[in-house]
Amino acid sequence: MNKIAVIDYGMGNLHSVAKSVEHVGQTEDLDLRIDVTSDPKIIANADRVIFPGVGAIRDCMSEIRRLGIDDIVADVIERKPLLAICVGFQALMDFSEENEGVDCLGIAKGSVKYFGGKLCDESGHALKVPHMGWNCVEQATDHPLWDGIPDNSRFYFVHSYYVAADSSETLAGVTNYGLNFASALEKGNIFAVQFHPEKSHIAGLALLKNFLLWEGVQ
Amino acid sequence: MKGVKFVDIRDAGDPVEIARRYSDAGADEITFLDITASSEGRETTVQTVEAIAGQVFIPLTVGGGIRCLEDIHTMLNAGADKVSINTAAVRDPDFVRRAAERFGSQCIVVAVDAKKVSEEGEPDHWQIFTHGGRNPTGIDAIEWAKRMVRYGAGEILLTSMDRDGTRIGFDLALNKAVSDAVTVPVIASGGVGNLQHLVDGVLEGHADAVLAASIFHFGQYSIQEAKRYMADHGITMRL
Repeated sequence: MNKIAVIDYGMGNLHSVAKSVEHVGQTEDLDLRIDVTSDPKIIANADRVIFPGVGAIRDCMSEIRRLGIDDIVADVIERKPLLAICVGFQALMDFSEENEGVDCLGIAKGSVKYFGGKLCDESGHALKVPHMGWNCVEQATDHPLWDGIPDNSRFYFVHSYYVAADSSETLAGVTNYGLNFASALEKGNIFAVQFHPEKSHIAGLALLKNFLLWEGVQ
Repeated sequence: MKGVKFVDIRDAGDPVEIARRYSDAGADEITFLDITASSEGRETTVQTVEAIAGQVFIPLTVGGGIRCLEDIHTMLNAGADKVSINTAAVRDPDFVRRAAERFGSQCIVVAVDAKKVSEEGEPDHWQIFTHGGRNPTGIDAIEWAKRMVRYGAGEILLTSMDRDGTRIGFDLALNKAVSDAVTVPVIASGGVGNLQHLVDGVLEGHADAVLAASIFHFGQYSIQEAKRYMADHGITMRL
């Protein structure tokens, strides 16, 4: 039995994440138990933890702190694999510019910045924000979560803020949208992605499968 | 990166089965609009959304009868990634602002149903209509789209009520006017009858994504044919 906890802190769409993991479990014939929960005991007992996030960072962080998710996440990453998705990834950083500036968990070094209004592609055409749609992820490492996924595969993104990681951090994936940003970051037991694997069809489901099989760094 | 989206609004079969088939065929997003919800006061069935979200692992937008923050919360929890708001935004524009603040702009789509009201020879002018295009509002479509973006809409789903169902192509002038006026993605909808219309929507109408229903529902073209055709005309696609 592979116990998966999806951390629920009241910020929307966890159904998709849970359903996509369930789907991968069925197609790969894995014996999974999936809990969408904020219960520290269930999360502590899980084999793997998914830390999703949707919405504005200020509301996310206030719920994370109110429910004690900050302590739970700090504990999880000492012991087992954690997949952080979208705002879950951003919440791991030091600080976000969103909502006039919000302190985040400080687990990874760097900040979360706004794409800005003067974003252009290579030929000078203005790019719209949010960055919404399918974009390429250049794999920067040989992390097990990339197994079987072709380099530069397209994943689905929806975000107006991006992670600008400190140079001391290890980027696992880089994406260009007017500028290069960290679309994936690896740090010990953490694999964090800006895109939505649960919405990225074949490539996304492959990444989730890899996560279900990843043992972390222990 | 441009997207091809699909909408199910008519008796084209089981929406869950259609959504799964399109996803497997390479659709980039699914839009499930229950256009009768607003006029008949019927809520879009949460069960259908849950069923689609349980089998389709690409972005899902749900619209029809979204009236309050609780409706949005229900749809997001059922597995929608975005909700499309139309009538409720016209009735109370500030609803869009509250929705974007609560859930983030990324999941708030404002559906703009526009109809040309200028006469032949006059400068182009469009107004928005509600209730599936039946009720005029007197509101200028371009100004409305700009206002909705200021209030926090993350995407505009723009439908030409003149072209919807005609299969003669998008209203490209309308599309270009709205897309050039706002800073968020605009999805063109209404009037697609062939693959060149999709290309025109992007290249001439400046759409960020194109939405088509009947050309796929009734088997005239496959999604791969559509995406290949668009790629062959210089549009970046996920193939």
